[in-house]
Amino acid sequence: MRPEQQGVEVAVLVSVGRHPITGRARRADQDARGLELALGLERQLPGSRVSLLHAGPRGEESEAALRGYLGMGLESLTLLEQAEGSDAIPALAEHLAAAPPQLVITGARAERGEGSGLLPYALAERLGWPLVNGLAAVEKVENGVATLLQALPRGQRRRLKVRLPAIVSVDGAAPVARQSAFGPARRAELEATSVPAEPDRELAEWRLAPARKRPKRLKIVKAASARDRFKAAAAKAEGGSGQVLEGVSAEQGAEAILKLLKEEGVLR
Amino acid sequence: MSEIRRRDPRREWIARNRLHPEHLDVLAELGQGTAAVEWMGPNGVIRKNPHAIGFIGPNGVKRIDRSGAQQGGQAAGGARQAAQDSRRDVTIEAPAFLVAVVPELSGGRLSGHDKDLLGLARRLADADPERPGAVLAVVFGEHKEEGFGEAGIDRLMHLDDDAYAGFAPEARLAALSAVERELAPRHWLLPDSPLGGADLGRRLALRLGERPATGVWQIEADGEAPLGWGCTARGAAESLDIQRPLPRVALALAECAEPVDETRHAAEPLSLAEAIPSAFSRIEDLGQVAVDPAGVALAEAEFIVSAGNGVKDWDGFHHAARVLGATEGASRVAVDDGFMARDRQVGATGTWVTARVYLAVGISGAIQHLQGIQSCDKVVAINLDPGCDMIKRADLAVIGDSGEILAALVAKVEQQRGGQRDAA
Repeated sequence: MRPEQQGVEVAVLVSVGRHPITGRARRADQDARGLELALGLERQLPGSRVSLLHAGPRGEESEAALRGYLGMGLESLTLLEQAEGSDAIPALAEHLAAAPPQLVITGARAERGEGSGLLPYALAERLGWPLVNGLAAVEKVENGVATLLQALPRGQRRRLKVRLPAIVSVDGAAPVARQSAFGPARRAELEATSVPAEPDRELAEWRLAPARKRPKRLKIVKAASARDRFKAAAAKAEGGSGQVLEGVSAEQGAEAILKLLKEEGVLR
Repeated sequence: MSEIRRRDPRREWIARNRLHPEHLDVLAELGQGTAAVEWMGPNGVIRKNPHAIGFIGPNGVKRIDRSGAQQGGQAAGGARQAAQDSRRDVTIEAPAFLVAVVPELSGGRLSGHDKDLLGLARRLADADPERPGAVLAVVFGEHKEEGFGEAGIDRLMHLDDDAYAGFAPEARLAALSAVERELAPRHWLLPDSPLGGADLGRRLALRLGERPATGVWQIEADGEAPLGWGCTARGAAESLDIQRPLPRVALALAECAEPVDETRHAAEPLSLAEAIPSAFSRIEDLGQVAVDPAGVALAEAEFIVSAGNGVKDWDGFHHAARVLGATEGASRVAVDDGFMARDRQVGATGTWVTARVYLAVGISGAIQHLQGIQSCDKVVAINLDPGCDMIKRADLAVIGDSGEILAALVAKVEQQRGGQRDAA
């Protein structure tokens, strides 16, 4: 270990999740992945400190869910106690601004409430910090600059350099969270402080309903003539418009395939 | 030349007798093969030649196809052209307001999601026929798209600069802020997709001080809302429907509206009067990282080389997949015979893949397999049997021995890579 390699202070913002089938409170999947990432960072950079932060009401159900994070191997969680239905962003921004960590990790979107995924963006805008979404891994942290791997669709990765302090959000591409241990979760501490809260009035005005199934899009055939309509109705799903190379040598065939692969840009 | 028209009764007789062996030649000589069906008569009345309509069917019987797409006749190409040009041209000179759309342009082309979003933008713009709005598309970086007008775009702002390449949210945000200052669109619409709008749209909304609607999948007119529209959005990990007034910034899901298919819009280029201030970026993009293709999940792999019963040289196949940098897939037969692992199976019982390019080697294309590759963009087939179903599905099919063709392909790719390394 080199002497200049010092640990970073990481704050993980966690929320109370919702089990997709039973609807019970649980640790939110993305937030747990974020915590797993932070714990991995702690192992990678000795001297790092990971703190947990949650803003919301304290109830029996939510406490059980929050203890799910503590069971992953932490001793305490800071709880900013607010009434149900209040805006968490000002409280979190104030708390983070008072004792700024170097890296803030959040899940991409909450599993309850509006779940718009706006919180990391709102915090970044308020604190004036850079934000990276879709984090897959933290490669290294050196001299106040973090090298991150961002997940792209189709399993691709992109390497980014970000100046700290920064906010990063994780989604399904981050490492899967470890199991939560029951005993340590019971023994760990919830440090609750009451913070002033403003109710989220806009959210209260909206109408919320359990999600309806979205209508499936119909294949609408807009044909001018009966013949076109008949052809559309009787046609097989796949059109036979492809090019067929028959009786060519292997080289010519390979050439044609190579041309297509290059046009599509899948060859690196 | 004399003015007297001479008749050739024999040729006329041949021209009338469509069973005569010289019938077609004579018709061509007389110019009746391409005889005009309709023309303007001397008195300004449309005249028709009913004998010139239709074509002679395979049994020597005259057939008339009244659908307009004549099959055996000469005018087939023209009719197809006419079918394509059925879109109505729309030009909006002085729009009452602007609806700004930032398409994601994955792979440089408008995706299905983008087209749906533009359909939604058209609904917002065309709600009041007296005072139509214009749809403004802001496009970053290079693109390969030609059908902007067909997708429903009235004004196109193309911002092509190196600063917008890769992951550059801060530079793009600065550009969009400049658009907002100068043009002040009434609506901002972005796709709620991870690569494109989900990130940029949230940043933009907060920069504009708006609370955006995310995951919008339906809009309806609502007189009480400030903008005259209400929307239904998904919330809480897809488990809630939120009904709320449509805010200025909305992030919409795929299939939020029908894409434009009846009109063609102008897509006039538009540029900003003032220069866009360059943003100081604290995020540096170091480019994409090479990912081991074998580690990519089959369902989300971009390029799949898949093997079936026709593959005999398995070492060659694995080598080809490695050289091409493709993820390996297999048909059920290859898996059942033990040549490939069960988790590599593509099809109804295996994985439903979404690759952009799917190279099927020696797969004849059982219906279960074709179901699994429904959402692939381009399918390339290498097969010995020219009549199999996979060839019908494929965009490019090569008939031949799969081992030889793969070996030739590998040789070509390696040769090119070697050449590049020498040049570099």
